[in-house]
Amino acid sequence: MTASVEEQQFTDLIAADSRIEPRDWMPDAYRKTLVRQISQHAHSEIIGMQPESNWITRAPSLKRKAILIAKVQDEAGHGLYLYSAAQTLGTSRDEMTDALIAGRARYSSIFNYPAPSWADIGSIGWLVDGAAICNQVPLCRASYGPYGRAMVRICKEESFHQRQGFEILLELMQGTAAQREMAQESVNRWYWPALMMFGPPDDDSPNSAQSMKWKIKRHSNDELRQRFVNMLVPQAAVLGVTLPDPDLRFNEATQLYDLGEIDWTEFHEVLAGRGPANAQRLQRRRDAHDDGRWVREAAAAYAHKMAAKPATDTADADVPNEAAS
Amino acid sequence: MSVASADVAEYATWLGDDSLILAQRLGELISRAPELEEDVALGNIALDLLGHARSLLQYAGTATAQNEDDLAYWRTEPDFRSAHLMEQPNGDFAHVIARQLVSAHYLYELYARLQASADLTLAAIAAKAVKEVNYHRDHAAQWTLRLALGTDESRRRMVAALSDVWPYVDELFRDEPFIDRLDGIAARPSTLRTAFDAAIEPVLAEADLAVPRGFTAAGGGRRGVHSEHLAFVLAEMQVLTRAHPGAKW
Amino acid sequence: MTTPGESASETWPLWEVFVRPGRGLSHVHVGSLHAPDEALAVRNARDLYTRRSEGVSVWVVPAAAITTSDPDAKGAFFESPAGKDYRHASHYSASNGVKHL
Repeated sequence: MTASVEEQQFTDLIAADSRIEPRDWMPDAYRKTLVRQISQHAHSEIIGMQPESNWITRAPSLKRKAILIAKVQDEAGHGLYLYSAAQTLGTSRDEMTDALIAGRARYSSIFNYPAPSWADIGSIGWLVDGAAICNQVPLCRASYGPYGRAMVRICKEESFHQRQGFEILLELMQGTAAQREMAQESVNRWYWPALMMFGPPDDDSPNSAQSMKWKIKRHSNDELRQRFVNMLVPQAAVLGVTLPDPDLRFNEATQLYDLGEIDWTEFHEVLAGRGPANAQRLQRRRDAHDDGRWVREAAAAYAHKMAAKPATDTADADVPNEAAS
Repeated sequence: MSVASADVAEYATWLGDDSLILAQRLGELISRAPELEEDVALGNIALDLLGHARSLLQYAGTATAQNEDDLAYWRTEPDFRSAHLMEQPNGDFAHVIARQLVSAHYLYELYARLQASADLTLAAIAAKAVKEVNYHRDHAAQWTLRLALGTDESRRRMVAALSDVWPYVDELFRDEPFIDRLDGIAARPSTLRTAFDAAIEPVLAEADLAVPRGFTAAGGGRRGVHSEHLAFVLAEMQVLTRAHPGAKW
Repeated sequence: MTTPGESASETWPLWEVFVRPGRGLSHVHVGSLHAPDEALAVRNARDLYTRRSEGVSVWVVPAAAITTSDPDAKGAFFESPAGKDYRHASHYSASNGVKHL
């Protein structure tokens, strides 16, 4: 009886375009979908730090080095905002981290592609962050309050990420022949994977319909992909790069760009963890987590000792002996 | 920005290289910190230091019509002026913290003094930097306490790290002859030692850490004589830029 | 009842973060983070939530220390103000048009 009243309340809130907050009753499937989506998003931010942080030490100018540090740092921050939103649903960050490093959790498969060239830092910003922003802006209105609020913050901060990527490529395209080649080669590698970031086509996306009904998701995969390409084409013209799709052309009838066929076999391969850098990314995260364990434990132990101690001047206390008291 | 004299440029390079190399070392750590919150904290510190390095190298470059990147990417090892402390590899988190503890305490005393420099550009850079390194000092002190007094393992690591880092402290406070010509402009290194000791000793005492005794490293960074590590740091930092002479990024 | 998501099993506890965006404004909840103790919590909050000068002051509160209203009694808990329109100025219509009221 009560459950149906609560369910009605939930349905009414969704229908009224209001927000669901952490303590509200919600269907288990809604909670599960959110935890899956938010933690996957958080993991993507954290794993996504790696291909870029690899270039911090080699950034070709001090200005680019500073921008890159700030950007990678933002990604850590965004991961934290998202873990914090997911945690309000009752899943702790430790559990989410364990799932990630055990290889049980998903993250955006785009980060399983390697970034061997400096131009990749440009492509990641322009194409990968660009696609991410297309996906994320509608999520600011996601029906789950903490998720929407985290996304508002993330979108605000991320606006510089795409621009800096675009400007890296612009600088390369206006540079030497070798730099132009570097930029085009990189765009060739990242274009298709970026389009795949929107997920499988609508008729092959099992979870999409329910997520849209719950207003977690506001637009279909294909819709967002199309919107992205429409923005990309004129930007590519400004850069002077060629998008590697010979079938890409403007359709006068639909006023949209027709796209070539996406290789979904590759998508499913990479998604299944058989991407080129999958093992490497997970190993690095595992190493950081394992190497950091003694530090986290030390800080926790110190906090316990301090909390257990009467409020005296810590400088005078003989701490090692006090653990016994 | 005013144009630096050759001596002022040498001094600014000295300071700028310390911050640049330390920022480069911290940059290696981002995405590898013991906890995500610490990735963000170390990132902030690296960005502060890189900011100081850029201002200082830009100023140093005015003497020879070069920019910050000319100095960072196109000088070779003997022309760098970094102290050996900044060049030391990261090692474990205890080593990172020990190096931070020493470097931040040194930089704090340096910039605190340099705010009153007769050279207005140096004074302005110092006035901003002193506030930032004060935070770095606090960050390192907080972690020193936790590692030294946390668990047996963390204490063992912190003690080892401090004793590994300490031999490089002396070089920071060694005067070089050209400093005599910068009276009122530079902060004479040897005169910063007392304040450094007075600030760092209570932190070590609170952490129940003794000031390590042992050998003093020869140093020589200020004269272009570096640790074995610097060549690797520079090779990595400069590799892309040097592959494309004349290119803009 | 504590704040959602707090878990006693984690190595570092969860802290809720409140930032005062500027002088004259209240601290506003911005999110949470993990830290071993209050000294590092407030520093982590500074690094994480004020990287772009978003604040002039930060509060951190252990998530476990927050007491919230009981969600199951939500309707009843907030029922009382309903029907007491006379707490709002808009309730008083007879004085419409009179200046400086």
